[in-house]
Amino acid sequence: MNPTLADFGKDVWWIVLIKIVAVFVFLVVMTLFTIWYERRVVARMQVRPGPNRHGPFGLLQSLADGLKLAFKEDIMPLKADRVVFFLAPVISTVCAFTAFAIMPFGPFVSIFGQRTPLQLTDIPVAVLLVLATSGLGIYGIVLSGWASGSTYPLLGGLRSSAQMISYEVAMGLSIVAVFMSAGTMSTSEIVTKQADSNWYAILLLPSFVIYAISAVGETNRAPFDLPEAESELVGGFHTEYSSLKFALFFLAEYINMVTVSGLAVTLFLGGWRMPFLPDWLNQGWWGALWFTIKVLILLFMFVWLRGTLPRLRYDQFMKFGWKVLIPANLVWILVLAGVKTVNAHAPQQRWYWIGGAFALVLLAAIFWPSKKDSPKPTLEQEVAARPAGSFPVPPLDLQVPVSPRAQRITAEREVV
Amino acid sequence: MTVSDVLLTAVGLVAVGAALAVVMTEHLVRAGLWLVVTLGAIAVEFLLLRAEFAAWVQVLIYVGAVVVLLLFAVMLTRAPIGPSPDLDRPLGPALLVGAGTGLGLSTLFVWVFADRQVAVPETGSAQRLGEAIFADWVLPFEVLSVLLLAALIGAIVLSRREGAS
Repeated sequence: MNPTLADFGKDVWWIVLIKIVAVFVFLVVMTLFTIWYERRVVARMQVRPGPNRHGPFGLLQSLADGLKLAFKEDIMPLKADRVVFFLAPVISTVCAFTAFAIMPFGPFVSIFGQRTPLQLTDIPVAVLLVLATSGLGIYGIVLSGWASGSTYPLLGGLRSSAQMISYEVAMGLSIVAVFMSAGTMSTSEIVTKQADSNWYAILLLPSFVIYAISAVGETNRAPFDLPEAESELVGGFHTEYSSLKFALFFLAEYINMVTVSGLAVTLFLGGWRMPFLPDWLNQGWWGALWFTIKVLILLFMFVWLRGTLPRLRYDQFMKFGWKVLIPANLVWILVLAGVKTVNAHAPQQRWYWIGGAFALVLLAAIFWPSKKDSPKPTLEQEVAARPAGSFPVPPLDLQVPVSPRAQRITAEREVV
Repeated sequence: MTVSDVLLTAVGLVAVGAALAVVMTEHLVRAGLWLVVTLGAIAVEFLLLRAEFAAWVQVLIYVGAVVVLLLFAVMLTRAPIGPSPDLDRPLGPALLVGAGTGLGLSTLFVWVFADRQVAVPETGSAQRLGEAIFADWVLPFEVLSVLLLAALIGAIVLSRREGAS
């Protein structure tokens, strides 16, 4: 028996309260755990022990860090806009928490004799709610950057808002294929649909790949952590923040990681169901366990990426998002829609259609105008192309002759 | 008056109040933030009228993207912290134009919709909206798409530097 939309909104008030507290506790514990997990895994990848002093395996390290942050001085910059400076971390955190309201943890369970789905709530447009809250979360970052009243946070905030908006487009488009296949936007029903057919990560592999990439961009994680590129921007948008306000940003970042992982699990990886298991293991409270395991595996991927890849340059990153991810996504949606239309209306002539489309693509590929290399301007042309009155600069490919001294040193080294 | 009516009126007042704050405030960025409140209140109105899809799309597009880009542009050019005294125009003409437009629009709406009863349909879903757009209103939709495309290309043409081909 799978939960459907009609099963939601019927809980007693104290069940709702229990669920809200449970989601809150889940997210906070996941954050504390993920910080420790990330530090340990990255340490392992870099052949060092990582935090191992507080509690067993250093598990209490993030709790200690949190307490330390809470007791630090709360600094308000002199030039800050006080109201907005205070509001920004609140917006970030509230949006991060809200997005998790529609995550399905499992099927029906019984809580103190009440039969209820293991999900806070579900609405017909549940996935849009996640996108909307992550869109609102951008305000937290933009406003914190602006309200700090200093340059580095402003630059970091602008960067990160541009980045998050760009990658939100790619993310939203990658989810469109899921909507088209499932025929619904409610998370619980998408999970049910995947039990009937197959995981959408397999059926809609291109969408899953694009979602995974844009999820990393959306959460500002390495290798896309440009908003807080330490070598360029000090700390990015939260440079001026300290104490609990900083802790809230930290919390929001890790919750966002958990949220995009949870959404990936729900939309692409079968939700709370585990395949190849007997039926009784896919019922009741077991769902929450499988969901958490899948989320932890995806979080490991995040850490793995961080430990492996160097940070991208900003222009490469934006070019990748707009010129590769979004067009590829649109083409894929077009192909999927074409396949679905042919399947629905003319299943007999399917191969004619596929062959025709293939021939068209082939023809286009053959007759596509090849890109000519633009002729390299000579030195005289470059000089002539300069606007009048501009400062004289050397040509771009100027070969600086090696100094005689350096030449002598090289020669002496080669003789020895 | 049902509960829903009271809520609709209250949220409507919030939207109007925030809209007033947009034009009254002397802080440039705070004007943008009040605009967020206005658009958010309109999204809540949609929710109260049970148009869930429209409500969340409103949040996603207008609050989450359009105003963020607006603030982005403001911050790229100039965004002083604190009041900017040069934002205000003379009060007289502004009052005249604002009151005139407001009165005109409200009389128009009252005149057209005063004695028309609209039944609140059941929950607005993406399916019903899609059917309405792509069956009944497909021509306006396509025309709007072309218009937006033209605006997009125009923006690119304008922002290209001369002779940078």
